[in-house]
Amino acid sequence: MDAIQLIYLVPLLPLIGCLINGIARNTLSKTMVGILGSAVVFISFCISVLIFFEVSKEGFVTQNIHYFNFIHVSKLIIPFEFQVDQLTSLFLLIITGVGFLIHVYSISYMKDETQSGFGRYFSYLNLFVFSMLILVLGGNYVVMYIGWEGVSLCSYLLIGFWFKDHENNDAGKKAFIMNRIGDVGFLLAIFWLISSYGTISYHELFNAQSGIITALSAINSPVIVGITLLFFLGAAAKSAQIPLYTWLPDAMAGPTPVSALIHAATMVTAGIYMIARSNILYSLAPVTLAVVAGIGLATAIFAAIIALKQNDIKKVLAYSTVSQLGYMFLGLGVGAYSAAVFHVMTHSFFKALLFLAAGSVIHAMGGEQDMTKMGGLGKKMKVTYITFFIATLAIAGIPPFSGFFSKDEILSATFAQSPLLYVLGVGGALLTAFYMFRALAMTFKGKFRGTAEQERHIHESPATMAVPLIILAILSTIGGFIGIPEVFIKNANKFDEFLSPVFAHSTRFITENKVPHQTDLILIIVSAVLMIIVSIWAYTTFKNYTPSTVVSHNGFVKAIKNKFYVDEAYEMLFVKPYRALGAFLNNVFDKKGIDGIVNGVGRSVNYGSRQLRLLQSGQVGSYLLLMVIGLLILFIIQLFTK
Amino acid sequence: MLGTYYTFPELLIWIPFITGLIAIFIKNGKSVKMFALLSSIATLVISVISLCYTDVANHPEFFYYNNVSYVWMPYIGSSFSVGLDGMGFLLTFLTSFSYPLIFAATYKSEFKNSNAFFALMLFTQAGIMGVFVATDALLFYFFWELALIPIYFLCSRWGGEKRIHATFKFFVYTFLGSLLMLVGIIFVYVHTTAVSGDSAHSFSINAFYNAVLSPGQQDWLFWLFFIAFAVKIPIFPFHTWQPDVYEQSNYPSVMVLSGLMVKMGAFGIIRWILPIFPAAVAKYDHLVMVLCLIGLIYASCIALYQNDLKRFVAWTSIAHLGLMSAAIFAANNLSLQGVMLEMLNHGINILALWIVVDIIEKKTGVRKISELSGLAGKSPALAIFLVIIAFANIALPLSNSFVSEFLMLNGLFDFNTWFGVFGTLGIILSAVYMLSMVQKTFFGKANALAEQAKKMSTGQGIVLFVLVIAILFLGIYPEPVIHLTQSTVTDILNRIPLK
Repeated sequence: MDAIQLIYLVPLLPLIGCLINGIARNTLSKTMVGILGSAVVFISFCISVLIFFEVSKEGFVTQNIHYFNFIHVSKLIIPFEFQVDQLTSLFLLIITGVGFLIHVYSISYMKDETQSGFGRYFSYLNLFVFSMLILVLGGNYVVMYIGWEGVSLCSYLLIGFWFKDHENNDAGKKAFIMNRIGDVGFLLAIFWLISSYGTISYHELFNAQSGIITALSAINSPVIVGITLLFFLGAAAKSAQIPLYTWLPDAMAGPTPVSALIHAATMVTAGIYMIARSNILYSLAPVTLAVVAGIGLATAIFAAIIALKQNDIKKVLAYSTVSQLGYMFLGLGVGAYSAAVFHVMTHSFFKALLFLAAGSVIHAMGGEQDMTKMGGLGKKMKVTYITFFIATLAIAGIPPFSGFFSKDEILSATFAQSPLLYVLGVGGALLTAFYMFRALAMTFKGKFRGTAEQERHIHESPATMAVPLIILAILSTIGGFIGIPEVFIKNANKFDEFLSPVFAHSTRFITENKVPHQTDLILIIVSAVLMIIVSIWAYTTFKNYTPSTVVSHNGFVKAIKNKFYVDEAYEMLFVKPYRALGAFLNNVFDKKGIDGIVNGVGRSVNYGSRQLRLLQSGQVGSYLLLMVIGLLILFIIQLFTK
Repeated sequence: MLGTYYTFPELLIWIPFITGLIAIFIKNGKSVKMFALLSSIATLVISVISLCYTDVANHPEFFYYNNVSYVWMPYIGSSFSVGLDGMGFLLTFLTSFSYPLIFAATYKSEFKNSNAFFALMLFTQAGIMGVFVATDALLFYFFWELALIPIYFLCSRWGGEKRIHATFKFFVYTFLGSLLMLVGIIFVYVHTTAVSGDSAHSFSINAFYNAVLSPGQQDWLFWLFFIAFAVKIPIFPFHTWQPDVYEQSNYPSVMVLSGLMVKMGAFGIIRWILPIFPAAVAKYDHLVMVLCLIGLIYASCIALYQNDLKRFVAWTSIAHLGLMSAAIFAANNLSLQGVMLEMLNHGINILALWIVVDIIEKKTGVRKISELSGLAGKSPALAIFLVIIAFANIALPLSNSFVSEFLMLNGLFDFNTWFGVFGTLGIILSAVYMLSMVQKTFFGKANALAEQAKKMSTGQGIVLFVLVIAILFLGIYPEPVIHLTQSTVTDILNRIPLK
């Protein structure tokens, strides 16, 4: 049987899991909830594997599966449809695969929750997987938008999972609202597409033979530039890019597995998926691509600088996510779509691993997240330490770990476009290596700096938490081998080859300046050596970290520690004025202004009628006079309105 | 089949009207409550049956079905004629669907002189139904007033301390609007041609549609009608009566006012203004839409500032209706179709929101947002309902208002790019005020008031469940409603060739 016929089960199963766990959360035992929640995702993963094999077959053509018409108003038809191609298939594997591991991990991590809280957690988590799957399966932009806002909702619910603490609720609200700013761009882009081309279905727009957009050849036409910029606004909010990134570090208020799944491995990569999906549109608008590359690179470096001085382990990882997402956008911006998606995949392995390992640490430390109070954990938590180490090597881009291959592919494409961007990109990557090894050393090396009570409590996490760590560590190690650059082995980049049909039409517009192999090789070796040097430097510097009592008076350091005061600036520029505006409109403009006029009119009518009463003098003569005046006025009105 | 003679639209008026008359004489508070509930269910049954006898898709002619006409005042060319088109079906259904839910959700509430209270409620229903089915201008006006007067008494006799002042303002506002409209109706009437030999002119809707009016005349007639409808919706800056009235009135009346009576305004614009004054609409649409969009942003800003839950809901409603009114005047296929859906969706969502607010006030005794905290811990069921309803108000996809807002915004965008952009900004603001409210009342630590909160009644639970199902169904499969109202939209658009 054709696996693609079963595709509806992939999102449906997590939805069923969500409903059962949500409704029966007080009756099902925690074990049942955990097993059910993980099992539905696992079955979805199995189906996704079957679909992957189907898609990898020779001669596979993109499939469009139409279910019913969601909105049908005269000429505008928006069906509820799925589209299956290589890109979708790959994201299905990432979402269900990493998602399953994180579900399993959560069973232990969340075991101290109340019965109903535990059910609620798995219900939300299943709902998230459902929404994310809808996002990547959708066959048109509206179905993508359904998933797009669905993941926002789940993110909101899960960040504010411990809703008794308003700090968490504020973070959830901030995430939702910032994403909504991006959604405005997304919606406007959809409207623009509809008004310009009458459809938003991928297969009608991007079809290889008869697609409306595929047939276009004008570069940088205002419509396409506008649409792509608006889509990018949506992508920038979802994938936490400048200037809409500030919600992601705050989102760490949620449970750590949530940070791993939603705010590292899957949801935040939706923006990259969206641009990769619309690659033909973007290739027609080099102006937008330049903006994407610029913002991506700026975010990559900016977030990496902030990460240098963070002491909260989750905050370091959060800024590192922002920074890595920046690299993916840089890849998209230089037209290396496939490389960006490659980095999405490897990043989902090592970043999920980093978060889960950090979760294991936090779990052992009894909720402590401050690295200055950790240290020396490596001795007592071997599995966590080794897996965290592997993930750090991967994210730092040390060969032959997965991050090296994907990051190198992006940087090498960047070099082809502009050596300057390349240098900046490598600079950012060096910062990455530095702050990651700093975090590694501060957490796992040196002496323990917490309380004695915490020290007694430190333990390795149970198997349900350790096994996902080990699997992800294996993937982080070998995941890069499917995309070995041509410099080393010819035609070994299976990843690019697999995805090439998706990006086939963009190659017409993106002229890839091939870097000579020799130059490429030198660049790779030089950058790899630099990474290793910086890593060792950071490691040795922070290996015996002791909290310094000297407060740095360096203005720049202070600014970094305070995340460049961006949150404070937004508060001053947007939040406070908006509240003040609300107060002004309510207290002054509406009550005194509009209602004042209304009441004033009321009072003057009152006054007027008191005066008019005097006219009723009982004298027939004055009545007649008034009648004549009235008639005259009526005549005059009649005269002028003719 | 019932033959070719359908009497549904009449029944929709007569059942509430006659049962209202009977209700006056039922002195027992419990019995009259049950009687009113049964009456409203009977109306709902009639409305549902009438939906089965529609064929708007195959017979797009205006009022093909369900058209009844009696001789009423032949000497002035007015008849008691009622009929239903797609939009009429939709709104009479909304009315008959809302009433049993309103009665059921407030079943535990006690009202003084309950016979008078429920009689007036039913009279209001008769009036609202009449507005939606009338195909004669004079009859329309008659029902318009019939709906206004009982709701005036309802609001002024049962409610908060300052209700008299608030209701008086409401009455003056709407009555002034109505009088202007009456002047307008008479003026148009004088310019109609006779349908029958009994009189020189006619009040029938077709005669009004064919009335010969110069653009100059349309210019000021437009405003006479517009103000009457704008006050009802309300469109900025005719809104100041609304928060006061909503704050001071009893819940059933507020539900009727905000869920149903505001639709009378929107309905009035679509049924009467757009087809009769196309030239004026083409001339003033930008001006009116700017007002509507200002209202959207304005009300969204103010909603965030509110501390009283009732006033909060009032402002959110003004914000949503601002968008809806703007979409009416964009007058293209997408925007009008969005408006049709929004009229139903807004009715459902705001009714659900009021029920939640009512439950909160009943449970804790307060409705000040600042005095509430952590309700979710104590009543998880209510929290789930509220979160779903809140996200429906935010227009999250797969909730009902996403489809309507999507179509309305798309229509606005097609009409004028910047209007579309401006309107779409509203989706950020709605998230801001709605999530702030949810957070402050339901999240955080439970305070003393939340600790002693009582459980919600089974009746309220069922009503909320029905509404949530409606929200999700219409969000996933809005096709039946689009199908029902598409012919009305096409018909209206055909009548405004200038657009």
